[in-house]
Amino acid sequence: MGGLVLPAMFGKVIAAEELSSAIDVALKKSLADAAMNSAKSAGATYADVRVGRYLRQFVITRERNVENIVNTESTGVGIRVIANGAWGFAATNELTKDAVARAAAQAVAIAKANAPGQSAPVQLAPAKGAGEVSWRTPIVKNSMAVPIKDKVDLLMGVNAAALDAGASFIRSILFLVNEQKYFASTDGSYIDQDVHRIWAPMEVTAVDKASGKFRVREGLSSPMGLGFEYLDGAASGKTVLPNGVTVYGNSYDMKEDAIAAAKQAQAKIKATSVKPGKYDLVLDPSHTWLTIHESVGHPLELDRVLGYEANYAGTSFATMDKLQSHFQYGSDKVNIVADKTQPGSLGAVAYDDEGIKTKKWDLIRDGKLVGYQAIRDQAHIEGKTASDGCAYADSWSNVQFQRMANVSLEPGKQKMSVADMIANVEDGIYIIGDGSFSIDQQRYNAQFGGQLFYEIKKGKITQQIEDVAYQIRTPEFWNACAGVCDASDYRLGGSFFDGKGQPAQVSAVSHGSSTARFNGINVINTARSLG
Amino acid sequence: MSILPEAQAKAILTKVLGYSKADECTAQLTGSTRGNIRFARNDVSTAGVTDDIQLQVQVAFGKRVGIATINQFDDAALERVVRRAEELARLAPENPEFMPAVPKQTYMKTDTFSASTAGITPAYRAKVASDSIAPCRAEKLVAAGYLEDQAGFVAFLNSKGNYGYQTGSSSDYTCTVRTQDGRGSGWVGHNVQDVAQFNAGEDIRVAMRKASASAGAQALEPGKYTVILEPAAAAGLVAFMMFFFDARSADEGRSFLSKKGGGNKLGEQVYGPQVSMFTDPAYPGAAVYPWDDDGLPRKKMPIIQNGKLMTMNYSRYWAQKEGKPEQAQFGNIIMEGGTKSTADLIRTTERGILVSRTWYIRMVDPQTVLLTGLTRDGTFYIENGQLKYPIKNFRFNESPVIMLNNVEEFGKPVRVKSDESDTVMVIPPMKLRDFTFTSLSDAV
Repeated sequence: MGGLVLPAMFGKVIAAEELSSAIDVALKKSLADAAMNSAKSAGATYADVRVGRYLRQFVITRERNVENIVNTESTGVGIRVIANGAWGFAATNELTKDAVARAAAQAVAIAKANAPGQSAPVQLAPAKGAGEVSWRTPIVKNSMAVPIKDKVDLLMGVNAAALDAGASFIRSILFLVNEQKYFASTDGSYIDQDVHRIWAPMEVTAVDKASGKFRVREGLSSPMGLGFEYLDGAASGKTVLPNGVTVYGNSYDMKEDAIAAAKQAQAKIKATSVKPGKYDLVLDPSHTWLTIHESVGHPLELDRVLGYEANYAGTSFATMDKLQSHFQYGSDKVNIVADKTQPGSLGAVAYDDEGIKTKKWDLIRDGKLVGYQAIRDQAHIEGKTASDGCAYADSWSNVQFQRMANVSLEPGKQKMSVADMIANVEDGIYIIGDGSFSIDQQRYNAQFGGQLFYEIKKGKITQQIEDVAYQIRTPEFWNACAGVCDASDYRLGGSFFDGKGQPAQVSAVSHGSSTARFNGINVINTARSLG
Repeated sequence: MSILPEAQAKAILTKVLGYSKADECTAQLTGSTRGNIRFARNDVSTAGVTDDIQLQVQVAFGKRVGIATINQFDDAALERVVRRAEELARLAPENPEFMPAVPKQTYMKTDTFSASTAGITPAYRAKVASDSIAPCRAEKLVAAGYLEDQAGFVAFLNSKGNYGYQTGSSSDYTCTVRTQDGRGSGWVGHNVQDVAQFNAGEDIRVAMRKASASAGAQALEPGKYTVILEPAAAAGLVAFMMFFFDARSADEGRSFLSKKGGGNKLGEQVYGPQVSMFTDPAYPGAAVYPWDDDGLPRKKMPIIQNGKLMTMNYSRYWAQKEGKPEQAQFGNIIMEGGTKSTADLIRTTERGILVSRTWYIRMVDPQTVLLTGLTRDGTFYIENGQLKYPIKNFRFNESPVIMLNNVEEFGKPVRVKSDESDTVMVIPPMKLRDFTFTSLSDAV
């Protein structure tokens, strides 16, 4: 679903100097072996062990003040087994051979208890052991090693710049994540991975007390699978759009964006309210990622299609018969891929949390539905012989399950810039940044807002407008896709906290696209009066 | 067992404070045993139990604050967590909005613990699953549901001698029942502190009836309709609005409770005269801990009285700055209502729409708290006091402030939990006029 989760949920708080250390690989292997041996002797036919150390740092500010600096660490071991054809799971925060062996035996006991009520035994798609391998997010600067003073100075500078540019209020935050994950399985895998992510959101508010109006412009950054170098503000990461708005790719200039946000928030207060009706929409990648996430990424998760999420996240309109008939999900301009390998993305890893080598695969090709996202115990249902490699658990203490890969719209094959695209629009709206979002439990009917809206008349951007939200029916929307700009405009957006499952787990996922055009979309006016 | 007896909890807290060299120190222990069982496609999918106790230590040197937590309790671990908090406090810049720890308080006892909920066993959870699944299998329906129960405690002590200890429990059951052909869907939810008040075998019949009755829905034109929101459907909108009851945001001019020209709407008629809401930590069946996160004592307070805004949430800093008395943040939300059931409200409705549940509610415009979301799991057309036929789900764009100015009648309030808020709420079924639906959804 996507949304901010408070830092408090992420485990024990630790001192800064401990953030650059890691658990010795030999210790992790010995714990994993102890757990797998215990599981096998208790009767497991399969076992996997995840030894995890999850580090997070949060720096939270408003205006001239630092509200909070928090370092958290959560370390432990999660053991998943199959016994008598059923799954069992247990976890412990004790890093001793005895403790993990006990937890493994407990997991087997739970599996055996669950087995009698099971309609059919678990079928795991075959997987070859990876042997002893390691992987690290290719970062340049480890965020955890950057001094806290530098982070505070950065945010204080950003806030001062926004206030000086006329903002009434600003909240800026750094979220930094390092997942140190060791996976071992009875298939013969011992995989050590060091995963890094960064997010620098902000919220700039302009208030006009006389009229009683206020408007918020959120930052145009994206959470990324990068190190602290993302905040260098390199010129190579910037794109200036035809209306003069600067957007960001693999490098973010937070201070520059804060100044722009302050000015644009003030402009939003005075902007003309949109006239509702049908418009051709030109959607910037900073906006489109969320529409892809909700209307393509989620409905093509196989567990939703099958009904496992019926009581929480919901099911999917994209049922199995639609896969078999290659349902026309979108126009022939729409090619959508799932990819767990994309550099800089939030979901990039070498192996998923079931030890499967990650890959890129098609979900929609030439507008037709051709694939879902499936993990080992679902692959056979889709008629596949291998997992897609998209299992994930948000901590050592939660069981891994199917989570969304990076799901992205491929750029158009013909050369087309954003200016070229806008030049052909008669009556349209150009939307930048993600805003309000809501979609039904089968992913048919959705409504999206944005951060910045511009009217397009006869191929020209005429003025900034406000109070815009568009409503879609998913297949009609994607079939209205009339063009996608070329690869030179391709950028990633994403969510740090995509929620799913009961008990709820979060995952981080990116969605890339180039600017895309959708014809004849229903736009409503969201302004109301409280009298 | 993650409920520490009071003497043991107090001994740990006292020892922690003894290790601190900071100007002030607050230690808090929070422990719980949480159990759950999840099922889908008429089979159990996962089940588990988690025991955990966390110790959080907050220290301050002047206006520099550090927070550290740990879940180990030997003497070395207790001293280590204090030193970590102290180190973070030394790294942090001064916070001009720092507020010192609260002095010694007196708290009322509230009835937050039930032995029956604390005594839930894996066998009980399995029975809840089978009581939900078996009748669905028998009637060719498909159940997907979840039960989560927890029993725990909170204990805290600060260097000014303020101390509290209390135990609590809760249980939350939800189940979605769908027809095998996917044309009908129903839902039931039951949130209780005392699980003795819960019977899955009875509740599941509600979801089953709605699943069967909602199949073959007809399309109505979007527009403004008289609606009856069941308590669970209304709770989602009300809970969302309550996130924005912060006085500081209103005084800063960025809230629906801001006044044109400056200030907030305290004391003004914001809602219709039928709307009254209060918070009461001791409310029977919906009690909460008698302190808030800062350790301020909760007491019964009106929030809205006959439509007039009586109380907003003030942080300790903002209360001090504005010269207001310190008051605890709302612990629970109790809305007043009448005595009628949802069925009674339907009987007196000439034309309208019954909404069983609302879903994926998000803010569209904070200026007016305009929210969007959808109906799901049982939406019906009402004519001449009767449910005439199931209708397709709608997307709504509606502000709870406007909605609560269009009240026809409230029914009997019940305890509910909304999808995305942990606040304990007591909400009536609501009959409202001119509720705004803006598009149709094909989702079942």
